[in-house]
Amino acid sequence: MNFDLTEEQQMLQETVGQLLANECPVTRLREVFDSDTGFDESLWKGLGELGILGLNVPEDFGGAGLETLDLAVVAETMGYHAAPGPFLGHALAIEAIVSGGSEAQKKKWLPDLASGARIGAVAIADSDGGWASGHWKIEPGDQVSGTQSFATGGQHADLFVVGLAGGRLGVVDAEAAGFSRQSVDGADLTRRLVALEFDRTPCELLADDDAQAARRLHDVGCVLLAADAFGGSVRLLEMSVEYAKTREQFGVKIGHFQALKHQLASMALDVEPGRGLYWYAAYAQDHVADESERIAAVAKAHMTDRYMDVARNAVEAHGGIGFTWECDVQIWFKRAMFNRAFLGHPGEHRRRQAEMAGW
Amino acid sequence: MDLNYGTEMEDFRQEVAQFLEDNWPLKGEEKDLPFEKAAAVFRERAIEQGYLYRSIPKEYGGSEQPPDVLKGQVIREEFGKRWAPLEARGIGTMMLVPTLLERGSEWQKEKFVRPTITGEITWCQGYSEPGSGSDLASLKTRGELVDGEWLINGQKIWTSGAHLADYMFCLVRTEPGAQKHAGISYLLIDMKQPGIDVRPLRMMTGSADFNEVFLNDVRTPEDWIVGKRGEGWLVSRTTLKYERNSIGAAQQTGAAFAGLVKLAKETKIGGRPAIEDETIRERLAVLEGYVKAHEYSGYRQLTKDSKREDAGIINMMMKLFSTEIGHQTAKLSMDLIGDEGLLSAGGAELGQRSSSAQGWIGQYMYSLGIAIAGGTANIQRNVIAERGLGLPRDAAADRSSGK
Ligand SMILES: Cc1cc2nc3c(=O)[nH]c(=O)nc-3n(C[C@H](O)[C@H](O)[C@H](O)COP(=O)(O)OP(=O)(O)OC[C@H]3O[C@@H](n4cnc5c(N)ncnc54)[C@H](O)[C@@H]3O)c2cc1C
Repeated sequence: MNFDLTEEQQMLQETVGQLLANECPVTRLREVFDSDTGFDESLWKGLGELGILGLNVPEDFGGAGLETLDLAVVAETMGYHAAPGPFLGHALAIEAIVSGGSEAQKKKWLPDLASGARIGAVAIADSDGGWASGHWKIEPGDQVSGTQSFATGGQHADLFVVGLAGGRLGVVDAEAAGFSRQSVDGADLTRRLVALEFDRTPCELLADDDAQAARRLHDVGCVLLAADAFGGSVRLLEMSVEYAKTREQFGVKIGHFQALKHQLASMALDVEPGRGLYWYAAYAQDHVADESERIAAVAKAHMTDRYMDVARNAVEAHGGIGFTWECDVQIWFKRAMFNRAFLGHPGEHRRRQAEMAGW
Repeated sequence: MDLNYGTEMEDFRQEVAQFLEDNWPLKGEEKDLPFEKAAAVFRERAIEQGYLYRSIPKEYGGSEQPPDVLKGQVIREEFGKRWAPLEARGIGTMMLVPTLLERGSEWQKEKFVRPTITGEITWCQGYSEPGSGSDLASLKTRGELVDGEWLINGQKIWTSGAHLADYMFCLVRTEPGAQKHAGISYLLIDMKQPGIDVRPLRMMTGSADFNEVFLNDVRTPEDWIVGKRGEGWLVSRTTLKYERNSIGAAQQTGAAFAGLVKLAKETKIGGRPAIEDETIRERLAVLEGYVKAHEYSGYRQLTKDSKREDAGIINMMMKLFSTEIGHQTAKLSMDLIGDEGLLSAGGAELGQRSSSAQGWIGQYMYSLGIAIAGGTANIQRNVIAERGLGLPRDAAADRSSGK
């Protein structure tokens, strides 16, 4: 038994971390955060050149053919750096096409997605609420009509994997007739959301017709959000500890005060034990079929909740400055909000968790 | 990441089941041995097969197997089904043995490890004193070398199992002139000798698992010291490390959680099984998030240990994390047993898990004892903050340690 990342996975994290540190240091991150589009083209190109945008695309279609755990360790690093852009939805769109597309469909879409030449996105939030395939209402067909709220990719995504009634998935091109998108006034400005409207919009249905691909998309999504939550919480803890070592009050560094030390220790206790949980949840997606769905729900519920707790504590640990737009903590705070709500809030996943256990 | 799922594990399960079929309960003449003897005989055989004490070298009585949580789990499950004795879980196996393996001299390992792990001899831990709890290094029990023997005088308190133990591992001040931490040695003491007076202390549960131990001219040979003179503090840190991060803790929280789910299925709220109650389901699900995080942190620690790599800050967290889970488990169990929460703990003993209401009440109380023993929750937070996160050390603690 070996419960650890491989050297390759550690290197992958380092490489992505290097790129993000160089291309998108916090000064740059803030510019993107405050920009109209939330998109950093050179960062996207850089990720594409490193092969990160096609990690989960099979080698035959121009990708790296790696597993969910590889994708998840990258998501952790993205979360740590609060990497702006459409990575999450892009990776999930790929996941859906890989598991639900025919050979011809894969050949048609995957190579461009793998290189990052085209940006993928997912539209799986029913307008009446509900992220799971059972909630989707748009009738599947060669043309689709209806609305979806909270799709990923902002104004930049080129193609959308859309959730349809009966758990079907269809691919819609952003250039297609009858397609329109409206920016959502989202809290997290690193990952922009849009509301979609389809009016007899051309759509190509993925071959999968028993909702397998929809499930896979949902579960891998939960895992990636958990991994991102872990990376983000690590960063918030680091920022808070750093602040406690520099800020002085009563003539000493505030890190001397036991009340604050214990608050930071409790934050650490919310962060570190999640590492193995997200690893296992990611590993299970490819290796432990009978646990994959449930452990993804456990990880998503638990870790996005912890992320939010850590973020709230991080604001407090910074005092007045922590409450400002100027303080970087707010960027991660809002990512925590995103991770908690996107794909369904923790309570919903806990309901599934209980159901799947047969409680 | 490679967790060896699949047919290999099923084959292994068969093999273990066959071994148990042949060996437990004992057969023939051995059938009538008293339980403790029978358990020791059985453990020897299970060790030979590589099923118990997998992390302990063969030469000292272990079975020295590569670490494998899943195999460990299969072994526990199969042994559990047949009520076969698992590893003796006393303080000796959990704390002293790892310390001896890391810091003990050759003869100490040879003499003590084997009988400790088979359960033939038992130990107690003599650290705390009336004036020295969290500030353990202020301890006052003295040891003097007189004619090739240590002569020990002082008092220990809260000593679990001292009334049953054959030996004590003990912290004693042997270098009176030295700075606080540097004046302490780690001694092994035979409990069956005049000069040792063990007086039981009744705990809030009603039973008396811990004691006061008065040491009055107690003797132990000069070489019954682990590490050198004045190194006792360092040696005791090894033991504490094992006390705080044993993988067993993660498995215990998992087992306690499974017990809790069972309880929720068996109890009724408003005429329906409690497990169908929305609030109970939500609380169980929340708790399970922590339990799973604990479990996989344990897996990771085990892998890191086996590669001789440092698992990092998690090592300092496992005790606090498991006791916090313990509190939540205990609280939820109280809500489930409802009116039976009026009952006493019924004399439950530490670590004894019973599915009766009184068993859960015992756990409800013991979860506090466990949070205090081996370093309180606040002390754990100090360790995480200071050593883990690198925050400034407590000024008072610095002064009293002479830094
Ligand atoms: C069930 C049980 C079994 C035990 N078994 C053994 C055993 O076998 N052998 C043995 O040697 N000991 C044993 N102990 C003793 C245990 O290790 C001590 O009780 C523990 O270390 C605390 O010491 P204390 O009781 O003196 O409390 P104190 O140190 O007086 O602590 C009282 C309170 O003050 C807080 N406090 C103290 N210092 C600080 C600080 N620096 N920062 C913040 N808060 C602080 C503590 O967290 C605690 O809440 C056992 C205890 C229990 C409850």
